[in-house]
Amino acid sequence: MTTIAIDLPRNYATEENTIVSWLFTKDHKRIALLFFASITFFFFIGGFAATMIRLHLATPGGLLQPSVYNRMFTVHGVMMVWFFLIPSIPNTFGNFFLPMMIGAHDLAFPRVNLLSWYVFNLSGLVLLYALVMGGIDTGWTFYPPYSTQYASGYVFAAALAVFINGFSSIMTSLNFVVTTHRLRAPGMTWLRLPLFVWAMYSVSIVMLTATPVLAMDMFLLCVERFIGVGMFDPSRGGDPILWQHMFWFYSHPAVYIMILPAMGVVSELISCYARRPIFGYLGMVMALMAIAIISFFVWAHHMFVAGISIYSAVVFSLLSFFVAVPSAIKVFNWTVSLHKGSIVFDAPMLYALGFVLLFTIGGLTGLIVATLAVDVHVHDTYFVIAHFHYIMVGGTVSAFFGGLHYWWPKMTGRFYPESWARFAATLTFVGFNLTFFPQFILGYLGMPRRYYTYVPAWESWNLLSSAGASILAVAYALPLFYLGWSLLYGRRAGPNPWGATGLEWTTPSPPPTHNWELTPTVKLGPYSYNPEDGSYITQDGVKHAYV
Amino acid sequence: MPMSSRTISPEIQYADLSQQGDTAQLGMWVFITTETLFFGTLIFTYYIYRILYSHEFDVAARDAVLWCGSANIGILITSSLTMVLAINAAADGRRRAMIWWLIATAALGMCFLGIKGYEYNLDYNDKVVPVANFEMKPGEAPAGELFWVFYWVGTGLHAIHLTIGVGLVLYMLLWRIRRGEITPDYYAPLEVVGLYWSFVDTVWLFLFPSIYLVGRS
Repeated sequence: MTTIAIDLPRNYATEENTIVSWLFTKDHKRIALLFFASITFFFFIGGFAATMIRLHLATPGGLLQPSVYNRMFTVHGVMMVWFFLIPSIPNTFGNFFLPMMIGAHDLAFPRVNLLSWYVFNLSGLVLLYALVMGGIDTGWTFYPPYSTQYASGYVFAAALAVFINGFSSIMTSLNFVVTTHRLRAPGMTWLRLPLFVWAMYSVSIVMLTATPVLAMDMFLLCVERFIGVGMFDPSRGGDPILWQHMFWFYSHPAVYIMILPAMGVVSELISCYARRPIFGYLGMVMALMAIAIISFFVWAHHMFVAGISIYSAVVFSLLSFFVAVPSAIKVFNWTVSLHKGSIVFDAPMLYALGFVLLFTIGGLTGLIVATLAVDVHVHDTYFVIAHFHYIMVGGTVSAFFGGLHYWWPKMTGRFYPESWARFAATLTFVGFNLTFFPQFILGYLGMPRRYYTYVPAWESWNLLSSAGASILAVAYALPLFYLGWSLLYGRRAGPNPWGATGLEWTTPSPPPTHNWELTPTVKLGPYSYNPEDGSYITQDGVKHAYV
Repeated sequence: MPMSSRTISPEIQYADLSQQGDTAQLGMWVFITTETLFFGTLIFTYYIYRILYSHEFDVAARDAVLWCGSANIGILITSSLTMVLAINAAADGRRRAMIWWLIATAALGMCFLGIKGYEYNLDYNDKVVPVANFEMKPGEAPAGELFWVFYWVGTGLHAIHLTIGVGLVLYMLLWRIRRGEITPDYYAPLEVVGLYWSFVDTVWLFLFPSIYLVGRS
């Protein structure tokens, strides 16, 4: 192996390249790559389940047994929510770039960071055990009394997996909060932090405050399921609605756990590829924090038809509307940031623009489902499915791929093939809309979620959706090939191939083990781009011409 | 034990030891925040049911062994005092005092766990272990069992936390202090353990009145 390392400068990936050195690494960048491997694996399991769902629903007759279908949508939900979307951006890009963006040599607690990866994989193994042994059919929401008394699958193991997974979330987000507070380089004041760092900070706060509540909820569910007490069983004094309250107290903020990091990524991409400072930096920061805070006061909008009091339903409906204000601030500011910019339509920017459009549709339909009277009609229909997939898949996954392409040269030292990447980005956008827009119509027509069949009149919309899903599958699989190819044959990238301003671009690509020999000094805020000639000033105060 | 002192250098990501110690403490505070929400959810859920079934819970709660809970709150509060005295001794460089106060802290913690174990034994004989050995007493039905579910979950989780605390104190004694890694210049690890210890103590401050005192009069 030593002979190969000669032609590369020493960096975090080539220095001491043994299996043991990777498995016991304390380097945040290596741990980020370990997380990449794990979440990619889980993404394809969740994706396989999604493929089966769409294949099954292409015709009313279907393909799978009803019990298998139920297991498929449960696997899809559990995998995608806890094992891909929630860790997707924080545990990979956050791990890799948060310390670099604030000028730190590592996260505050490197061992905790590594432990987080092991705990994450342990929880994944427990879930895989539940799947292999026969799966679960409760849906990702584990509602009792079905989950505790009637479901025949491995509910205990699956709930335990989610419980263990929470430890990983908490460890990583604790690390981020403490690192942001204590390890900023000299000159890196709070209002000079890149918006990606702010996004990581706000999402970490949400993870830290929401995850323990789910942990206790899952713990009580496990106790009820395993020992057979009546915590949520009405015949023994329990209250199943209480489970829903506690579940959504976590799981609604969890939606923002998924979208806030994506907002951070997109802010970086838009300003870099439009060569313009982000419009209203302070407003963007306050919007992130506002979303984080408001997210805790809207949970019962998932329970409008669960028998909660009409007065609390009205209040929660109103509070849900408040989320739209900071979300709209972000969309407007991204849009204005494009105005009079010199926009470069590289693949990351295509993903970012796709994000803004799809997030806007997802957000606006969020207002529709937050409206109490309308929700009674569309609750638990495909309208809701389409709404949250626009946010989570159209939004978060697009931003994930955008970030992946943007930071690829930094992480690997190689360029990805641009035209393939643009093709994949376009394909994602087309495939996504083809898959999920018909579901808005289906939901509005009344097709309920989680049913394994439907009336023949809805067949054409379902067929369209399934056709779109096949395009989406290709678009998601493509990067695996061309990015893999670029690892070996891609053109070598310099330290700052896109001409971006963040501190992470002031190191060689790939960065050395502890990021910097000397701690950098920060001279100015992020996003000092000049749209007229594209020139830019990196945060360490050096002015560069745009090539 | 010989008086040894090693030069401790900060980890690569810290400029100096004071930044490292400061950061470690912030980390523990953030962790305690999450723990507060974890136990807070349990106590909140408990009070929802307690309000819903106040009579049944009152009847069930009379079977909780008051003297065990009361002795234990005295023991735990004392242990927090000895923990703080150990940290003070560490700051002043009084190594022998620090070691003895830590031994006292660990001993009080184990004393708590011993009494708790004895109480669990009494509970078992009293037939208040849901599912395993449970007898619904007059006036308890249907929700009296729920009180005992909360009792076992709450005190059980607390006991796990306390066991971890005792383990951390022993780790300080047998590893960090013996190797000379706790000095008057750098005793943040001990402070972090102390924070955790006081948190576990505080949890009992909430569990004790909720389980043993409410509705007793």
